[in-house]
Amino acid sequence: MSVPTRKADYLNVDYGVRSWLFTTDHKRIALLYLIVITIMFAIGGLFALAIRLELLTPAGELLQADTYNKFFTMHGVIMVFFFLIPSIPAVLGNFLVPMMIGARDLAFPRLNLLSWYVLVVGALFALWAMVTGGVDTGWTFYTPYSSTASHTNVIPMALGVFITGFSSILTGLNFIVTIHTMRAPGLTWFRLPLFIWAHYATSVIMILGTPVIAITVALVGIERAFRVGIFDPALGGDPILFQHLFWFYSHPAVYIMILPSMGVISELVTCFSRKRIFGYTFVAASSLLIAVFGFLVWGHHMFVAGQSAYASFIFSFLSMVVAIPSAVKVFNWTATLYRGSIAWDAPMLFALGFIGLFTIGGLTGIFLATLGIDVHVHDTYFVVAHFHYIMVGGAIMAYMGGLHFWWPKMTGRLYPEWIARIAGIVIFLGFNLTFFPQFVLGYLGMPRRYHVYPDEFQVLNVLSTAGASILGVGYLLPLVYLTWSLRYGPAAGPNPWGATGLEWQTPSPPPPENFTQAPEVRDAYDYDTGLAPLPEGARG
Amino acid sequence: MADGGARHLAHHFEDLEQQHQAASLGMWVFLVTEVMFFGGALLTYVVYRARYADAFAHASHHLDVTLGTFNTVVLITSSLTMALSVWSAAADRRRTLVGMLSATMLLGSVFLVVKGYEYAHKFHEHLVPGPFFRYPGPDAPEAELFFSVYFILTGIHALHMVIGIGCLAYLLLRARRGAFTAAWSTPVEMVGLYWHFVDIVWIFLFPLLYLIGRHA
Repeated sequence: MSVPTRKADYLNVDYGVRSWLFTTDHKRIALLYLIVITIMFAIGGLFALAIRLELLTPAGELLQADTYNKFFTMHGVIMVFFFLIPSIPAVLGNFLVPMMIGARDLAFPRLNLLSWYVLVVGALFALWAMVTGGVDTGWTFYTPYSSTASHTNVIPMALGVFITGFSSILTGLNFIVTIHTMRAPGLTWFRLPLFIWAHYATSVIMILGTPVIAITVALVGIERAFRVGIFDPALGGDPILFQHLFWFYSHPAVYIMILPSMGVISELVTCFSRKRIFGYTFVAASSLLIAVFGFLVWGHHMFVAGQSAYASFIFSFLSMVVAIPSAVKVFNWTATLYRGSIAWDAPMLFALGFIGLFTIGGLTGIFLATLGIDVHVHDTYFVVAHFHYIMVGGAIMAYMGGLHFWWPKMTGRLYPEWIARIAGIVIFLGFNLTFFPQFVLGYLGMPRRYHVYPDEFQVLNVLSTAGASILGVGYLLPLVYLTWSLRYGPAAGPNPWGATGLEWQTPSPPPPENFTQAPEVRDAYDYDTGLAPLPEGARG
Repeated sequence: MADGGARHLAHHFEDLEQQHQAASLGMWVFLVTEVMFFGGALLTYVVYRARYADAFAHASHHLDVTLGTFNTVVLITSSLTMALSVWSAAADRRRTLVGMLSATMLLGSVFLVVKGYEYAHKFHEHLVPGPFFRYPGPDAPEAELFFSVYFILTGIHALHMVIGIGCLAYLLLRARRGAFTAAWSTPVEMVGLYWHFVDIVWIFLFPLLYLIGRHA
C-alpha cells in the first residue's frame, strides 16, 4: 500500500513559526514581505478612505485641519515607503529573480532575511509615530514643515523612513550581485527576461538614491534633536537644499516603483499574446535609460521653489527626455500585442489596464514637466491625479497582475479565474472614477492638502469618493479569493500559463533549492517557435 | 586546512570562485552606497562653504591642524597594516595576520581617542552647535553651520571607524583560531576594502575641514 506523498517543496519542507522567521529561502522571505506590505497597504488605504470621506463635502465635517494634515501625510508615507517601494521588488522580485536566472537563491540569503527585518523595524517606528500622535509634514518632510513648524512625531517617523531605506539598499545590492554572478550557464545578458533587466535597473537606483534620502532625513532628525540650523534660514541654513537632497532620491524613487512594474508587464504581455517581445534590446535598454535619466530630473519638483530659470529649463527638458524610453516600452508592448493570439486572463487584464493608465499618467507628466503649465497646476489635484495614475494605475495594477500571474507558482494553487477578471475590471473602473475627476479638479484650481474646498468642486469630489469606494471593493476581492485559493484552489501544475521563463520549468510550489534538475536555458520569449531550444551560443 | 576552503562554500553557490566574486562585488556595491551617503552630507558642506567662504575659513581656525595631521598619519599607517593583513591572510601567515590586525585596531583606536579629545576641547570652548554655542565675531550663525557640518561629517566617519574596529575584532578572534587560509580569506579581504574606504573618507575630510582657506 502506498501512501500518497507530496514532494518536498519550500512550503512544506519545514513547519512552525521559527522555520519562517529564521528562513534564508528567498521564496519564504518573499511571502514574509507579502504579508507585511499587505498590512501596510491596508493601513495606508484606511487613511485614503478617511481622506476621501472628508472630501465628500466642501466643509471640514469629518476631520479637523490638523488631523487632515496628519492623515494625508501618513497615507503618503505608508504607501510610498512601506508599500510601493518594496512591493514588486521585495515580493515578486525576491521570489523570481533567482528562479528566472536558474539560481538556487539570492547571493546573500541572510542579508535578504535581514532586509525584511529592517523593513519590519522601520514599519514599527512609523506605526509608533502614528499611534502616539501622528505626523503632519506631508510625505515629503519639507523643511520647515518638518523642522521648526511641526510639533508632531517627526523624529520617530523620519527614523522609520531612514531604517526602511536600508531594507531597500540591501535588496538592491543583493539583486545586482545575484544577476551579475549567479546566472545559469548559457544565460547571457541578452537572453535574460525583461523582468530581470527591470529589476537590475531598479536596483541601481536603490543603491545610488536611497543612501541620499537616508542622510537627508538623518539631517532633519539632527536639526530637530540638537536645535541646529542645517536647513533653517534663520540660522544660515537653506530649506531649498533640503528639497534638492530629497528629490534627488525621491524622483528616482518613482522609477523604483514603476520600473519593476514594467518588467512584470513585459512578461505578461508576451505570455498572453503568445508572442516574442517586440524589440527586446530596446525594451531592455530603456529600463537602464530610465534609471539614468531618472537621476537628472529632480528639479522639476522645484519649478516654483525659487530655482533659477536656467536650471528649470534644463530640468524641464530632461524630464521630457524620460518620456522617450518610457514610450519605447509602451510602443513595444503594443507592437507585441499586434497580431498576437490574445488571451483575456486576469493577469492580462491588469497588464492592459496598466498600459492605458500608465500612458495617461506619463503624458500628464509631460504636461507637468512643461514650465508654464506646471506653474498653473503646481500643488493642485492635477499633480495628485498624475502621480496616482503612475503609482496606483501603473505600479499597483502591475503588482496585481504579477501577483495573479505568479500566484500558481508561489502557492501551487490556481485562483478562481472569473472572479479575478471581475476584480480586474472593478479596480480599473474604480480607479478611473477616483482619479480622473481629480485631473479636472486640479485644472480648475483645487489645491491639494486642504480639508475644505469651494462648493463648486463638490460634484467632482463626490465622483472621486464614489470611485474610491469601488476601488476599495476591487482591492478586497483579491484578498478574499487569493486567500481562499490557498486552501481550496485546484493544484496548478508546473506551468499553467504555458509560459517560457525558467521559473515555469520547476514544480509549483518549487522545491527548496528551486530546481530539481538544471533548467534548460533558452530564449526568454520563445513563444512563436514552439518552445524549441536555441542552438548553443545563439542570442535572443 | 586540507579541504581547500570547501567547507566555506554556501549551498547556493557552484564553487568558491563564484562565491568570492559575489562577496567582492557585493562589498564594492556597498561602498558605492557609502559614497552616496557621505556624498549627501558633503553636498551640504559644499553648498555652505561656497556661500559662506570667509566664515567657514575663520571657523576652521578653531580646528587643531596638528592633531588633524597626526590623525591622518595614524589612519594612513592603519591602511598599510590593513593591506598587510590581507596579504598575510592570503600568504597563510597566521602570526603576521594576528599582529597586523591588532596593529590596525590599535591605530584605529588611537584615531578615535584623538578625535574624542578634539571633541571634548570643542565642547569646553562652546563650539558644539546648539543652545550652548558661543562664538566670537560677527559671523556666528555661519560658523555654527560650519561646526554642525564638522560634527556631522566627522561623527559619521567616527561611527564607521567604530564599526570597522568591531569587524577587525571579529577577524582577530577568528584569525587566532586559524580560520583564514590561502584558500579562503574572503572576510579579511572584505573588511580590508571597508577599512580603506573609511580611510579615504578621512583623506577628503581632513583638507576640506581643517586646511582649506587657512591662510585667507
